[in-house]
Amino acid sequence: MPAFPTAARAALGDTQLRRNLAHATHTIRDKRAKVVAEVEDWEDLRLAGAGVKEAALRDLATHLETLEASLVRAGATVHWARDAEEACAIVARVAHDHGADEVVKVKSMATAEIGLNEALEAEGIAAWETDLAELIVQLGEDLPSHILVPAIHRNRAEVREIFLRRMAAVGRPAPADLTDEPAVLAGAAREHLREKFLRAKVGVSGANFAVADTGTLVVVESEGNGRMCLTLPDVLVSVVGIEKVVATWSDLDPMLRLLPRSSTGERMNPYTSTWSGVTPGDGPQEVHVVLLDNGRTRALADDVGRQALRCIRCSACLNVCPVYERVGGHAYGSVYPGPIGAILNPLLRGVSDEQTASLPYASSLCGACFEVCPVRIDIPSVLVDQRAAVVDSHRGDRVPKAEAVAMRAAAWAFSDARRLAWAEKASGLGGRVLRRFGRTSLPGGRAAAGRLPGPGAAWTGARDLPAPPEESFRAWWDRTDGGRHEGEGPE
Amino acid sequence: MSARDDILRRVRSALDGVSPVTDLPPAPRAPDRGDLVALFAERVEDYRAVVTRCAPDDLAGVVAEALGTARAVVPPGLGLDVAGSVVDDGLSAADLDALDAVVTRAAVGIAETGTIVLDHRPDQGRRAITLVPDLHVCVVDASQVVADVPDALALLDPSRPLTWISGPSATSDIELDRVEGVHGPRTLHVVLVG
Ligand code: SF4
Repeated sequence: MPAFPTAARAALGDTQLRRNLAHATHTIRDKRAKVVAEVEDWEDLRLAGAGVKEAALRDLATHLETLEASLVRAGATVHWARDAEEACAIVARVAHDHGADEVVKVKSMATAEIGLNEALEAEGIAAWETDLAELIVQLGEDLPSHILVPAIHRNRAEVREIFLRRMAAVGRPAPADLTDEPAVLAGAAREHLREKFLRAKVGVSGANFAVADTGTLVVVESEGNGRMCLTLPDVLVSVVGIEKVVATWSDLDPMLRLLPRSSTGERMNPYTSTWSGVTPGDGPQEVHVVLLDNGRTRALADDVGRQALRCIRCSACLNVCPVYERVGGHAYGSVYPGPIGAILNPLLRGVSDEQTASLPYASSLCGACFEVCPVRIDIPSVLVDQRAAVVDSHRGDRVPKAEAVAMRAAAWAFSDARRLAWAEKASGLGGRVLRRFGRTSLPGGRAAAGRLPGPGAAWTGARDLPAPPEESFRAWWDRTDGGRHEGEGPE
Repeated sequence: MSARDDILRRVRSALDGVSPVTDLPPAPRAPDRGDLVALFAERVEDYRAVVTRCAPDDLAGVVAEALGTARAVVPPGLGLDVAGSVVDDGLSAADLDALDAVVTRAAVGIAETGTIVLDHRPDQGRRAITLVPDLHVCVVDASQVVADVPDALALLDPSRPLTWISGPSATSDIELDRVEGVHGPRTLHVVLVG
């Protein structure tokens, strides 16, 4: 995966993507604002939600042991997985044990995170995504770009083309007279997938919540594809991040009130399924739960970053983020994009590679993400803390990072008034040069530098830099005596 | 060391010296909204579901009308005669796919969110029967309607499988245009009795 600035530059050039994204984020944002305003005590509800998750995290070992015991009592088999490889191997083994060469899947961030589909494919097992958006992404051999609406970067004409071109190769073909009406496209997906639901032996899911004291798993969805996967197959495997635990059944209360309103902007999502182990005569008669670490204990050990594990993947922070809105999800190079991705990836994986190290900088620190977060994750603070971690990890480097060079240059200029005046004068000159050569202009017609050479490239690699004005404020003040007379005009 | 012991050890060491949360801020209650049954009906309708209110004596007629010519499956403990229906005795998914409709009762109705909860006792049947057919006629008694999510959680038994239904199946995955019915029933008809 390329680092954020490189990926962002490519995304910024894609006008279709930017239009689709702006439409999506604004629509969901408005819906959310309306249903959140309906709840009088929204702030108290947020506090309660944050409390439930924080309390569960701070005593996680106890709750995990309780969860395991309750699940086993309810007839489930519990597995533990340190990393993606172990988790994928467990799912593959369950499928092999039942002679299954295919599984049907509920949309789940955890299984995307561990690359389960690819791992199963390597074992000769086809994993069918059944969420409409995930199906579009899978058939289009594409990557998801949003937590909630993964195919939001595709428009209806593209979806039609993907269905016509790809469905036949993996099952029931799309009807030849397929139009690009969303209802018709959804109808084609219904027919295509129903065939798979009715014959599937093994279903795979994640979970939105796992209740420790009752051993109950919860899946929240809209389409009913989740219910199909959780109910029709004989065998069910759920991959659950260890941070999904809440202590008690009644702890679901603030969560189920916060999640749908923050996520899809609905009072409640169309379907919520809960189950505790095996129910004789109803649904899967063999139930497996894989408790997944994959970096979560690493994040848990971070005093500032720990709060990121409260995340309930509602995606509200994506929809308000000015950076996400312009570059989309692919630029983050991870299944967790947007503000939460910018902190979660470095926390789970560390900042030793260039890609994760670039993510804490993929933000304007405007604070909108914290305002909307239903579990009050202070994303800006964690970003700043992760930036410090990135800088620390480069302390011993022979060649300093561009960010460090820029910061040192700024410190040198700002520490002395004469130097600053000189630098400003030089930038006025630079402004005139840039205006002449700059190929870009900003909204309002202001000249901009397309791309700076040297260390400045790190900044302009993903941003347009407005050309500095010809005269600095200081020079204007000197010339006009603080605005008291017109002066003679800039040189 | 097993993965289990390794993960639990890592969790403990990550939290070494971290103090537990002792007093949780309580979740606020929804304010009193007056007539809960009317609110429930209004909010269910908001999801483009059909809501019919009727007296207990008219129930059979209202259900028959909601079904029209649709062939329905019913759970063994429905407690209501539905003409021409098939009683579920463990029908296969393919059998269910050949039927048009299902009639069930419910466990709880939530007014604030317009949600029906099924706990799949004999009057509601197995989970599959309310999923595969395209029309779900769900009978809710006015006395089953509660104010909000916490009231529902207090009444429900977590050891049973539960299905919370708020309107028909829906997707907004293509250009955020809402489409009803992708995999679950495309039509939800709630008959509110009393
Ligand atoms: S960080 Fe908060 S706002 Fe963002 S997805 Fe997670 S819970 Fe939602």
